[in-house]
Amino acid sequence: MNLGTRKILDRSFTAVGFGSIAVMGIALLIVLVPIITNGIGSVFFTGTIEHRNMLFNEFGRGNREELAKENAASEVYRKQIYGMLSAFEAELETMDSEKKQDYLSKYGPVKTALQTLIGPLPGEAEAILTRYKYGQTRWGKAEEKLHEFLYETRWDNSNPDAMAKEYFVSQATEFEGTSLVKLFPFVEEHLEDVLRPRFTVYWGFLTDSSVDSHIFGGIWPEIQGTFFLAVGAMLFAFPLGVIAAIYFTEYAREGFFNSILRSANSTLAGVPSIVFGLFGLAFFINTLKVSESKSVLAGSLTLAIMILPTIIRAAEEAILSVPKTYKEASLSLGSTKWNTIMTVILPAALPGIITGGVISLGRAAGETAPIIFTAAVSVGSAIGLADVFSSPTPALSWNIYNLASEHEAAAEIRHVQYGMVLALVSIVLMLNLSAILLRARISKKLKG
Amino acid sequence: MHMTADAREVSQTASGAAATRDIYLPSERKKISGGGTPHVVAKDFSIYYGEFEAVKKVNADILSKYVTAIIGPSGCGKSTYLRAINRMNDLIPSCHTTGALLFDGEDIYGKFTDEVLLRKKIGMVFQKPNPFPKSIFDNIAYGPRLHGINDRKQLAEIVERSLRKAALWDEVSDRLDKNALGLSGGQQQRLCVARTLAVEPEILLLDEPTSALDPKATAKIEDLIQELRGSYTIMIVTHNMQQASRVSDYTMFFYEGVLVEYAPTAQLFTNPKDRMTEDYITGRFS
Ligand SMILES: Nc1ncnc2c1ncn2[C@@H]1O[C@H](COP(=O)(O)OP(=O)(O)OP(=O)(O)O)[C@@H](O)[C@H]1O
Ligand SMILES: [Mg+2]
Repeated sequence: MNLGTRKILDRSFTAVGFGSIAVMGIALLIVLVPIITNGIGSVFFTGTIEHRNMLFNEFGRGNREELAKENAASEVYRKQIYGMLSAFEAELETMDSEKKQDYLSKYGPVKTALQTLIGPLPGEAEAILTRYKYGQTRWGKAEEKLHEFLYETRWDNSNPDAMAKEYFVSQATEFEGTSLVKLFPFVEEHLEDVLRPRFTVYWGFLTDSSVDSHIFGGIWPEIQGTFFLAVGAMLFAFPLGVIAAIYFTEYAREGFFNSILRSANSTLAGVPSIVFGLFGLAFFINTLKVSESKSVLAGSLTLAIMILPTIIRAAEEAILSVPKTYKEASLSLGSTKWNTIMTVILPAALPGIITGGVISLGRAAGETAPIIFTAAVSVGSAIGLADVFSSPTPALSWNIYNLASEHEAAAEIRHVQYGMVLALVSIVLMLNLSAILLRARISKKLKG
Repeated sequence: MHMTADAREVSQTASGAAATRDIYLPSERKKISGGGTPHVVAKDFSIYYGEFEAVKKVNADILSKYVTAIIGPSGCGKSTYLRAINRMNDLIPSCHTTGALLFDGEDIYGKFTDEVLLRKKIGMVFQKPNPFPKSIFDNIAYGPRLHGINDRKQLAEIVERSLRKAALWDEVSDRLDKNALGLSGGQQQRLCVARTLAVEPEILLLDEPTSALDPKATAKIEDLIQELRGSYTIMIVTHNMQQASRVSDYTMFFYEGVLVEYAPTAQLFTNPKDRMTEDYITGRFS
């Protein structure tokens, strides 16, 4: 190959390499930016008085007097709204029945929309679900709901060849000529006075239990569940993995049996995680009956089986990378094999072993499939340490999936979902970071 | 043919007839009282890597308290032979031996020999300095701790004594708690000697202990060997003919696994009995 072609090849390879790194960077940005911005929004946001009332009633947090004052200020405007409603209701009674029916059918949705916006209206039976006891707790959502309150969404089907078009009709025009027509501009103008939005830092998102399946409250049970499951998995997999790695590297003789074991280990590392999930259900719960049904224990065991091959491999590599000279030095001083492993080889291999362990821990924390059938529930409170043998738990990975796909009010609580994603990503990131730091520290100590 | 490089009996070649002659010790080398008894005895001792016979039917007595050098071209089996003596070859699964290798009359490869105990008595220093990634103190104390000494004061004594014997004490006494990997190559190698001495072996095996060191560090190690001569039976593998002649009392010349000549050093270097030895030491091949 002549110099010219070689240069061109080199250049084009550089370009391709740079390009692929750029694509990766952009992809990462596209994924991470919304996660971070929206996720942060679950803790830092503009909260309304409904949020503060909810916190006070459900969690007993907040200042009673201040809240009372605020509620009184809000009540001034609410009263006017309620007044308009009862005026209109009185007006309805005076109408002839056909007109009344017509207005009544339009009035129902308006009332519902208003209720969604500012909370229960007076004179109604108390709601059973907590979500109906409060109006919008987040100002951003409140603004959306205001729009729904002010305008009715209609679909234009006039052109059969095209998709139906969405258009809005002002509710106020629907009630032209009645007393209710004043309500809409009033609410639009005074929503801030009613809901009293204020910048809020809600750390409770990380430490509170959820209220009414994640409509309100925090994600502590999920965080704790993730922690229990991942740590539990490590408790089983780490010692077992390290022992297996020691066996493979120091004790196993090359042979048929050993090579079978090795390839089994490699194969296991490539098995899809859902298979582990089903295996966990069939083996740990149905066969071994480690628990009645789903439990943290069963989930941890399943995750442990899943991460075991990775841990074994990482530990094996770490042990093999320990200079042979250490072993020789130790043995030549009259040390036994076991002693050499414990006092020289394992300490020197520790950085690698720990890195493998922590990366596996991160994987155990993030996996969904293995815990679907063995440990996870969508809604639940934080469980005590004593319950891990019998109780299932919510967990971040599973609840992210659940909120995205199965939750009945998924669209209303995207911020919770993003918050969970950010929490999970942060946990995994923090684990990896700590692995890097720990590794650096031990390596430094070893290098002197 | 049995080879004993002692005063009376020196054989010329591995296969040739043994000739009896007076040993020649260089004038500056004193005879060691209480030394000179056979310490490691090889009888038709062969070492194989699988099918390959790396060391062939060696018959030789290594004499106690003296320094024996092993020379020969690369790949001739020097290391293999040396590592056989404290059974470091056990680490290589394909390696096995025939014949007998006796240490103080006991078969090193005997069925009931405890290789761990054996290695305690036969210490080894390797080509590349290999301190543990621990503190200097912990490096030296590693062996004694293994053998049950845990008293800090006693350990400190052993550490000091060993470092003094290895002529390293003055250089490191103020940083015993520092990581040994921070020492220079020459210091590391002396540390390895000290570490070996700390378990109080009877035999010191040195496999090209200076090949990774600069001349100054090499000189220190050679001085050290002179210091230790008379207290330990020392075997040293070296590629450096000058080094062999400087530090050793006896020299073994290996060629392709065969012990070609084994004689008092001065004699082997001034008056080799075998053509091959002569060619080798005069540098006609290497
Ligand atoms: N682990 C092993 N497996 C197979 N053959 C080996 C092994 N180690 C050494 N050998 C072979 O045994 C022979 C002797 O090797 P040895 O290392 O003892 O030589 P040496 O004299 O120490 O050489 P050098 O001066 O290069 O260190 C060589 O032919 C070598 O290829
Ligand atoms: Mg060698």
